[in-house]
Amino acid sequence: MTAIDPTAHLTAEQIEELGRELDAIRDEVIAGRGEKDAAYIRKVISAQRKLELVSRGVLLFSIFPPAWLLGTAGLSVAKIMDNMEIGHNVLHGQWDWMRDPKIHSTTWEWDHVSPSEQWKHSHNELHHTYTNVIGKDNDLGYGIMRVDEDQKWHPFHLGQPLWNFINACFFEYGIAAYDLELGKNLHKRRRKNPEFRARAKAVGRKIRKQVLKDYVIHPLLSGPSFLTTLAATFTANLVRNIWSHSVIMCGHFPEGVQVFERRSIKGETRGQWYLRQMMGSANISGSKAMHFMTGNLSHQIEHHLFPDLPSNRYAEVAVKVRALFEKYELEYVTGPLPKQVFSAWRKVFRLSLPNKKPKVKTPDREQELVAA
Amino acid sequence: MVTTPLLPSDYLDLVSPLRAGADLRGRIEAVHPETGDAATIVIRPGRGWRGHTAGQYVRIGVDVDGVRLWRAYSLTSPTNRQDGRVTITVKAIPDGKVSNHLVRRAKPGTLIQLDQPTGDFVLPQAKPAKVLYLTAGSGITPVMGMLRDTEFDDIVMVHSAPQPQDVIFRNELHDLVADKKLRLTEVHTDTDGMLDIARLDELVPDWAERETWACGPAGLLDAAEEHWTEHGVQERLHTERFRPSIVVAGDGGEVTFSATGKTVHADGATPLLDVGEEAGVLMPSGCRMGICFGCVTPLKAGAVRDLRTGEITEAEPGVLIQTCVSAAAGPCDIER
Repeated sequence: MTAIDPTAHLTAEQIEELGRELDAIRDEVIAGRGEKDAAYIRKVISAQRKLELVSRGVLLFSIFPPAWLLGTAGLSVAKIMDNMEIGHNVLHGQWDWMRDPKIHSTTWEWDHVSPSEQWKHSHNELHHTYTNVIGKDNDLGYGIMRVDEDQKWHPFHLGQPLWNFINACFFEYGIAAYDLELGKNLHKRRRKNPEFRARAKAVGRKIRKQVLKDYVIHPLLSGPSFLTTLAATFTANLVRNIWSHSVIMCGHFPEGVQVFERRSIKGETRGQWYLRQMMGSANISGSKAMHFMTGNLSHQIEHHLFPDLPSNRYAEVAVKVRALFEKYELEYVTGPLPKQVFSAWRKVFRLSLPNKKPKVKTPDREQELVAA
Repeated sequence: MVTTPLLPSDYLDLVSPLRAGADLRGRIEAVHPETGDAATIVIRPGRGWRGHTAGQYVRIGVDVDGVRLWRAYSLTSPTNRQDGRVTITVKAIPDGKVSNHLVRRAKPGTLIQLDQPTGDFVLPQAKPAKVLYLTAGSGITPVMGMLRDTEFDDIVMVHSAPQPQDVIFRNELHDLVADKKLRLTEVHTDTDGMLDIARLDELVPDWAERETWACGPAGLLDAAEEHWTEHGVQERLHTERFRPSIVVAGDGGEVTFSATGKTVHADGATPLLDVGEEAGVLMPSGCRMGICFGCVTPLKAGAVRDLRTGEITEAEPGVLIQTCVSAAAGPCDIER
């Protein structure tokens, strides 16, 4: 959080002009979507499935350490690909335009304990609409942490470095609980709500299936390698969880990212919405492989501006978006993964304690605009 | 359970997309140009293909610029082809996304989606003594499937095309004529003008006695239906239409696709299929002309208008509508 609104220098017209320029970038990509993009996602899906099959095949002999190492590494990467570049993006509807019922947001299911239907609601509808709005966007600390000075401190937050670490290790369960809004719904009155019970049941079913596959069937198929395969799938899930948690922390928690007050989004225009996404997200810089393994969430800013554009296009979009940041004199928050992870963790530690200085108010854009 | 959340078939599809039990697909094996704007596509269908009857069509799903589009095409191969391949013959129509793609850009080796063959524009079990095929343009395709499949003692064909070089299968037809298996009249409409149905008396004096299969543009078929009815022999005429004849449009309304959670405004002339596709909803589709029922979808609320007849259908439990020939008639809710 900064004391000064970093967008204060923009007039209302400039913000709308910015919105139109972003719309033009979006339209250009949509008009150019085609065969190459379709071939890309099919290739990624096919590669992911082959990698998973081969890795699980190798793990049948996981009693031999080289096989364990190779199989576990392969399965970890396959699970990351499934969740990040494929699952997250397909569920965003990035590939719906292909009209292939096998690669469509309404039919896709991922290797994750949260059923895709529930995740789509909490992620696509809530988080992407109310990005970084305190009290509206539960991604701001996932309801267990304080990640901005403007969030109220509670003694519970003293433990947040630990909560965050546990959440990282079991991230998929954290997400399932989050999608269920467990914190809110475990109150006695809400627990009986039939709608909540149905959703909880769906999560239960999904967990059962996932656990059965990873921790019972696959180890059993491995025969004498039962225990080592069990350890391998557990490790692969752990690696996937920690990796995706780290990537996602980098999206909105690093220093320099802005948060917004509830009332600041009242009557928000398209341009203002875009501006909030620009200021509320942070990128990760790195190689092509790095972008791929993050599911292109390393282009978090571009993803938040255009959540439904195909992920393979974010890199080219980023060049144009960055130029707009410069043109409008805005800060493009980005950095290498270790730096961004460190920055996010430092915030988690720092904000586990109450604010030191007297509380500074979040800039209220509405008032600023009126003044301008 | 081993493959959750995927199915074993998701993995098998990687290696054997045409196997028995898979979703029905086909592989394009060759593309043979027929005329300047028509080509025959040779398809190896998957193991689940049940075979067709001469004159039937098949719905195929082709990825054009990465987008899966479904269309219906008549099968032109005989039913007893030794190698088990089937062919469709496609004429590129102006602005036709799929037809232009198939004629000009389709490559051997490409996988396409298939449906089982269907259609009742077929030959009867009992062989008629005398047959007339009345065709125009690409309307020749289902009839070619019949000609190649079944021989009759007495076949007359009257075919219209703009110019001689536009006649699809021209060499093969002329070979049949040389072998005395067919009597053929070609009407070249660029020079001769459109076929006046009254000329049939002169071209085929015994037309009224012949079992007739007609396929071509709506104008020809409308005229034929009228002519055969006038002479009281309409039961001898079998027709196949490639396009719906849209007559009625009215006011549109808000269309909700409740399963996807999208609401858009639609005018009263645009088929709901197009409206849904435009909005990014996963709409099933097929012939796009109201015959194959590949697009039927439950109507949950509101009313829709059949674009061919103007008839209004109102929502009731169990009511299914053909989205390709229905437009919004006020606000409505489509379960997609």
